[in-house]
Amino acid sequence: MRVAYWPGCVSRGFTPELHGSMAKVAPLLDIELIELDRAACCGAGVIAEHNQELADTLNARTFALAQRTDGELMMNICSTCQGAQSECQERLDANTEYRERVNQNLADEGLRYEKGLTNKNFLWLLVEEIGLEALRARVKRPLSNLRVGPFYGCYIVRPVDRLGIDSERPRDRYLHWVIEALGGTVIDYAGVYKCCGFPIITMNKQASLAQAGRHLGDALDAQADCLVVPCPLCHLNLDMQQPGAAKVVGRDLGMPVLHLPQLVGLALGLSPKELGMTKHIVKPTSVIDWSTAVVAGTDDTAVGARRVA
Amino acid sequence: MPAYTLRIRRFDPQSGEAPHWDEHTVDMPETQSVLDAILKVRDEVDGSVGIRCSCQQAICGSCGVRMNGKPGLACNTHLGEAAERGHGVGWNPPEEGQVAPVIAVEPMGNMPVIRDLIVDMDAVHWKKIRRVTPWLVNQQPVPEREYIVPHENMVDVTQTMACIQCGACVSDCLAMEVDPLFVGPAALAKAYRFVGDPRDAQHRERLQDLAEDEHGIYDCTHCFNCIDACPKGVDPMSQIMRLRRRAGSDYEIEDRNNGYRHEHAFVNNIRRNGLLHEADLLPDSYGGKFNPRAVPELIGALPTAMTALRRGKMTPKTALGHPHKAPAEVKRIFEKVEGRSGRVELNLYVTGYEDEPEATGGGQRETATAAEPNAQGRPESVGAGERQPAAESLDADAVASETGTTEGETR
Repeated sequence: MRVAYWPGCVSRGFTPELHGSMAKVAPLLDIELIELDRAACCGAGVIAEHNQELADTLNARTFALAQRTDGELMMNICSTCQGAQSECQERLDANTEYRERVNQNLADEGLRYEKGLTNKNFLWLLVEEIGLEALRARVKRPLSNLRVGPFYGCYIVRPVDRLGIDSERPRDRYLHWVIEALGGTVIDYAGVYKCCGFPIITMNKQASLAQAGRHLGDALDAQADCLVVPCPLCHLNLDMQQPGAAKVVGRDLGMPVLHLPQLVGLALGLSPKELGMTKHIVKPTSVIDWSTAVVAGTDDTAVGARRVA
Repeated sequence: MPAYTLRIRRFDPQSGEAPHWDEHTVDMPETQSVLDAILKVRDEVDGSVGIRCSCQQAICGSCGVRMNGKPGLACNTHLGEAAERGHGVGWNPPEEGQVAPVIAVEPMGNMPVIRDLIVDMDAVHWKKIRRVTPWLVNQQPVPEREYIVPHENMVDVTQTMACIQCGACVSDCLAMEVDPLFVGPAALAKAYRFVGDPRDAQHRERLQDLAEDEHGIYDCTHCFNCIDACPKGVDPMSQIMRLRRRAGSDYEIEDRNNGYRHEHAFVNNIRRNGLLHEADLLPDSYGGKFNPRAVPELIGALPTAMTALRRGKMTPKTALGHPHKAPAEVKRIFEKVEGRSGRVELNLYVTGYEDEPEATGGGQRETATAAEPNAQGRPESVGAGERQPAAESLDADAVASETGTTEGETR
């Protein structure tokens, strides 16, 4: 399928491995990415906090650019983009006069947003468009014995109504389902739906890192080999800031954190290096060990031994 | 009639015993409330179950509890709905082999338990409410007759006035979980109730106070838990964002927590680059690379930056250069929208959704927003009035005229 692809800012900034791994994984899933390279930042809630109309206009512009392509829908790879854009879209779609007003801001460029765009995070697209069965059929190296903790990120699960989470589409279970479909073991721990703390890292560093550290520690206690996140901002706090978070909570963490396309790519047969895992601040040793063991055909003894140790 | 397994968390701190769960099977229609079930158990099986309740109509706010992991009022949550709530954020399929749907009821979080389902609201919730001066401070001199308040100003604060002080938002506030001193969602929503009221004389003082407090408006982590928790649609987080908007844009309060600096650094970063350039955001949020506040932060970030450079996560170019430049069209949007005298804010709580005429709650009219300065002439705008017959035409004019002016300026 062809999708208008919004990679967001951070996937091309401090988490280049996210954008890179998505580009590698897409063809394996027959997804054709039409990159929206002239679109601007979604505002991550901060621009909306500063000036709502400004954030709504920037996102309406992105939506309009997406609608100009022949993509079936728009896809993002960032929970924060999903949440911030869903919020703007909710306002734009709810009120014709307001939408017209915002569209006038875009008129100079000849752009116009028409109500009713479908914008899905890669996670939603995997489950709702590609389907778990089809995903399972493409798995080359099932993530057997890899213990994965899901970490959704706030923006993709709340508010429930705005994000369309209901019994028809239990999007707050999708990450669990995808891990299972890839052959991995889901680890349940307290932090699954909690906040990584990133939004307040410059305002209250202590509280921000206490959140990250607590969830990483909980995952460690639940014996997870790694976490998986559909949000690069969560990745910044959970991976890049992990050394600092470890100091705040006063314990060693060393918990690898994977981007969703990296986890998918791993099961589809790509190597950790191809997926940019060597770029992480916390070395994903357990995942690389697992991958090496699987490739060498020595099953999971390496991982098992490490966990016991 | 469906059967439910009601699992109640029991705890008496005075007893010295650990908390435990009691299970009861209740046969009740799915449209009965969780409170009905708890009271049935208390009346017919175990009189010692501790629960606080009064009106049973979602007005008094006393029966806040967590049901299957989600906070809310026991009296306005149907058994059927509670049973469908998972331990996730929304819906959870029933576990395999489960005989009757389970509803686990436990006390709210972030507050100490007095007994069973009763938490100490005084110790946390009310203390925080008192913290924000929860009363109107009159402007002087007091007018001889009544205050005249423009309708749209009152509509603007209706959402916060809907709060019934149940504490559900406090229960699941993730910032409070790691920082118990955080003023919190309920109290900050209450603060907006007065900051948004033109009769109040201390807008600046209130905002200054809450911006400077290191546990104030800038301590919220945007987790949206309070929005989902609130049984009354108060959207505490949105009120916190409005407080920030007022503090940062209308009063330009440069707080010591970097809230103002971070917001402005972010907005300017996008204005310049179109996409976020993180390497600039960090120092700029602390006041710029050479600001004494930024220096320790930058030095602290060095080891991570070195690792990132070594591993190829960053390159010298991405760390120091500016790989992106905002397209001219994006720059023009910033000029256009920010160049206007009034900000436009669409509050869906007030205006409702066009496509859902049957929706319940406040005004459901198809209205746009007014961009009028408020009583003090400050550039703040509000959602258009509920139950305001002439609102459509009035607001359409406001939008049209303002857009016209702006276009004129741009040309």
